[in-house]
Amino acid sequence: MSVNKDIFEPDRSFNYDLQTENRTFIEWHEADRVPDKLVDTHCAFCGVQCGMYLKVADGHVIGVEPRDYPHNLGSLCPKGVVAYQQVEHPDRLRYPMMRRNGRSSPLERVSWDEALDHVTSRWRAIQAEHGNDAVAVYSGSSMTNEKCYLAGKFARVGLRTRHVDYNGRLCMSSSAAAYAAAFGIDRAPLPMPDIELSDCIVVDGTNVAECFPIVMQWIWRARDRGARLIVIDPRETPIARTADIWLAVRPGYDIAIVNAMLRHVIHTGRTDDAYIAERTAGWDAVREAVEPYTPEMAERVAGIPAERLLAAAELYARAKAPLILHGKGIEHSTHGVDNCQALINLALARGMVGKPGAGTMMLTGQGNGQGGREVGQKAAQLPGYRHIDVPEDREYIAGVWGIPEAELPGEGAAATEMVHLMASGEIKSCMIMCSNLMVSLPDNAVVQRALEQLEPLVVIDFFMSQTAELADVVLPGTVWCEDEGTTTNLEGRVIRIKSAAAPPGEARTDWEIMCAIADRMGRGAFFPFRTAREIFDELRVASKGGHADYYGITWEKIDAQQGVFWPCPTLDHPGTPRLFTERFAHPDGRARMRPIAHQPPAEEPSEDYPFRLTSGRVVYHYLSGNQTRRIGFLFEQAPEPWVEIHPRAAEPLGIHDQDRVRVRTPRGSMELKALVVPTVRPDTIFIPFHYSHEQSVNQLTNPAVEPGVKIPEYKVCAAAVERLDVAPATGGAAVENLTAENRPAMFPYTVGETKAAAKPQRSAS
Amino acid sequence: MITGTMFIDPSRCIGCRACEAACRECDTHKGESMIMVDFIDRRESVATQPTLCMHCEDPVAPCAQVCPAQAILITPEGIVQQADPSRCIACRNCVYACPFGVPKFDVEERLMKKCNLCYDRTVQGLQPWCSQACPTDALWFGTFEQFKDKRTGRPIDVTGFGTQDVQTRNYFVLPERVDKLDVLALLREVGAPAEATAVREEAWVL
Repeated sequence: MSVNKDIFEPDRSFNYDLQTENRTFIEWHEADRVPDKLVDTHCAFCGVQCGMYLKVADGHVIGVEPRDYPHNLGSLCPKGVVAYQQVEHPDRLRYPMMRRNGRSSPLERVSWDEALDHVTSRWRAIQAEHGNDAVAVYSGSSMTNEKCYLAGKFARVGLRTRHVDYNGRLCMSSSAAAYAAAFGIDRAPLPMPDIELSDCIVVDGTNVAECFPIVMQWIWRARDRGARLIVIDPRETPIARTADIWLAVRPGYDIAIVNAMLRHVIHTGRTDDAYIAERTAGWDAVREAVEPYTPEMAERVAGIPAERLLAAAELYARAKAPLILHGKGIEHSTHGVDNCQALINLALARGMVGKPGAGTMMLTGQGNGQGGREVGQKAAQLPGYRHIDVPEDREYIAGVWGIPEAELPGEGAAATEMVHLMASGEIKSCMIMCSNLMVSLPDNAVVQRALEQLEPLVVIDFFMSQTAELADVVLPGTVWCEDEGTTTNLEGRVIRIKSAAAPPGEARTDWEIMCAIADRMGRGAFFPFRTAREIFDELRVASKGGHADYYGITWEKIDAQQGVFWPCPTLDHPGTPRLFTERFAHPDGRARMRPIAHQPPAEEPSEDYPFRLTSGRVVYHYLSGNQTRRIGFLFEQAPEPWVEIHPRAAEPLGIHDQDRVRVRTPRGSMELKALVVPTVRPDTIFIPFHYSHEQSVNQLTNPAVEPGVKIPEYKVCAAAVERLDVAPATGGAAVENLTAENRPAMFPYTVGETKAAAKPQRSAS
Repeated sequence: MITGTMFIDPSRCIGCRACEAACRECDTHKGESMIMVDFIDRRESVATQPTLCMHCEDPVAPCAQVCPAQAILITPEGIVQQADPSRCIACRNCVYACPFGVPKFDVEERLMKKCNLCYDRTVQGLQPWCSQACPTDALWFGTFEQFKDKRTGRPIDVTGFGTQDVQTRNYFVLPERVDKLDVLALLREVGAPAEATAVREEAWVL
């Protein structure tokens, strides 16, 4: 939600513009420029990847025009409308910078040669002394498939290190593992227009209205045809506001609700027994496991009235094509994979996965969150969703890359584990691209200590981020529309990103930077790329025969048929918009069900920390806000974080609307404005996460991770709220459910340990 | 000839202000938005509503009627235009006359400004920028017949102000009269125990 701006406010600004870090406004210039061409491309600001035209005049991006594309139909959210304003933003990084005399010296402008020579000479020295794995690559997903693919190859071939992972670890790893384990393929099974065909939509753990505004029109189309809407969320979000039933779940307890819904389906005889018998495995154990989840039990655990739950369960049970949409609310959890699996169990029991407009659909958050997680920049993964522990996968990729299989490194640390390796000195240097760890990782005091250990810390970015501020070398990269390439949106639709402008100053595309570094590391022979197209063609070959098979996708085909859905194994294959219509991707064609028991979050409220703190998004900002906080229109709407607290909770604390308050957790404290509203559970507080430095909610969040996929539990931790004139209490403890005994095992893994969760079974076909 | 008109459905508005951002992209008033999104009452709800010119038809354009300089012109399609810069005398009569509070007065330019339904776009068969961008179709552009064919909700083009009714070219969309889910009936149908079907007077959250 935005700030409440009254139109009678005297200083309400109707004229917004670009906003630089020090908040000076710049006038609109030459507003009447006429474009000399329109570039058909896509927005960069979330997994939906809306089609848009960029208006270009004399090589400058000057505006945006609607583009009628199959999944957004010309619509754009506010981020999409103003996305073009980053291109010529005055804060863009235009030349390489380096601290010439160590940590305490300032970042100063240097030439590319000096910067890269410094980096590569340090890396050679580090690797000679401490081994290849002492240098790591921390990548990101908000960039083209070509760059994501090259990041994995750059680490494993260019630097010969095992440590490469990416920020999708913090985003999609729960649902990815759950879908891979249940269905054999990690992809949303449906295209977005299918949502219209559903007659009962369950939204669990995602504020669709603010995180995926464009999806709303498909939900409303379904509702116009009579579909019911059930929202499970601790806050009354804009999508919960008009839902038929809103279940204000206690954060972290969704499983109790989902299992109780499944129990109701069973007890009222609405399971699809033929489907279960023919197409699934593991049903009996699931049926038994959900039996204790009565509506009353769910009421006790999840904190919602049993009647409401029963009504929701009945709507779901009687629907002909119920569809479940789920997002980070359930996935940012120490049992995130189980949360997803519980939903999958429910959909499979009703026989819905594989039917048009029905089943389950994960909502991938990040720009290229789908493509970024299948082209091989994940710790245990090789391109095409291959697994690094499987001998034939290693053999194939080593062949494509032209290296002996033995030279291909093994599995490395997950993003959340890398930080600990940096702190302990095992990783001596890291290159970070497309990521802002200081804002995005939980408990960021620990992250800062880890990054300060590195020598050198190399960051590629196009704006100065809080992470880049800590770097020894900062290399200027490009924004999305300064390069060619492809991305894969949340439907699995591979689309084309086209160049609309040249990079500013000396900035270079991330892939050019990687190729240049690889060359200086003596590995240039493996990185002969002159265009992004050449990288894509290698990716096509590398993914061939894998689950995420891009081999049949060409740039021409993407243009001709408005995106191509993978898997697309041959050049004459049209792509696969709907998955699992006849069989699942496991060798026996069956989907896997697994009994899921309710588990508490890692940390729960105590007397000292009586609230549950949950974090989330606002519609105006994207990820760490490093881009959107610089665009005046977006910044104006949500210039600082706030804490949402229920009036019933605020009153005894003496907190009034708009007061500045202190929020404390066992890890830290921060001061921010209170928004006292009844749209959040009284036992829960909410803070948006897009802000940096002392405004970052990740000073407070719990770094506890899911045992398998190592996704952090951003969505619930124990917290206290107090007025500023109250002296901050020291000490105190929350209820800890993760103890020394059951804490997840961390890197290193034995070979095969992560395979079951992350690796889809090879399909028989 | 522009046959479409705007349908404004506040129940679908998510307060994202894509319409405001999009309105600023219009070449005729680049950088300025002629549409406003406001919270109804953030202390109670997240509900929001967009406000834009309703293009009054009967009485026709109160803003134009009170204009002493005849600066506000109306197209044959009934679209009430922003003040003509060569005629506007900056008297602000229109600002006070508008029942919906739409016209804005630009002090520096000494000119009234308001939505003209993206005349440059709509005259070419395109949608206005705001409804084109709107991710939820809370702003929806088309004919009455198309609306009835595709959408639920009751389109209303008459707004009452005291004893004065104003009929507008644009429509507000109100919720259907009988679309609310009857939870109790549903519970009775599934044979929930009697005590469960009694209305519990407790909060929505436990």
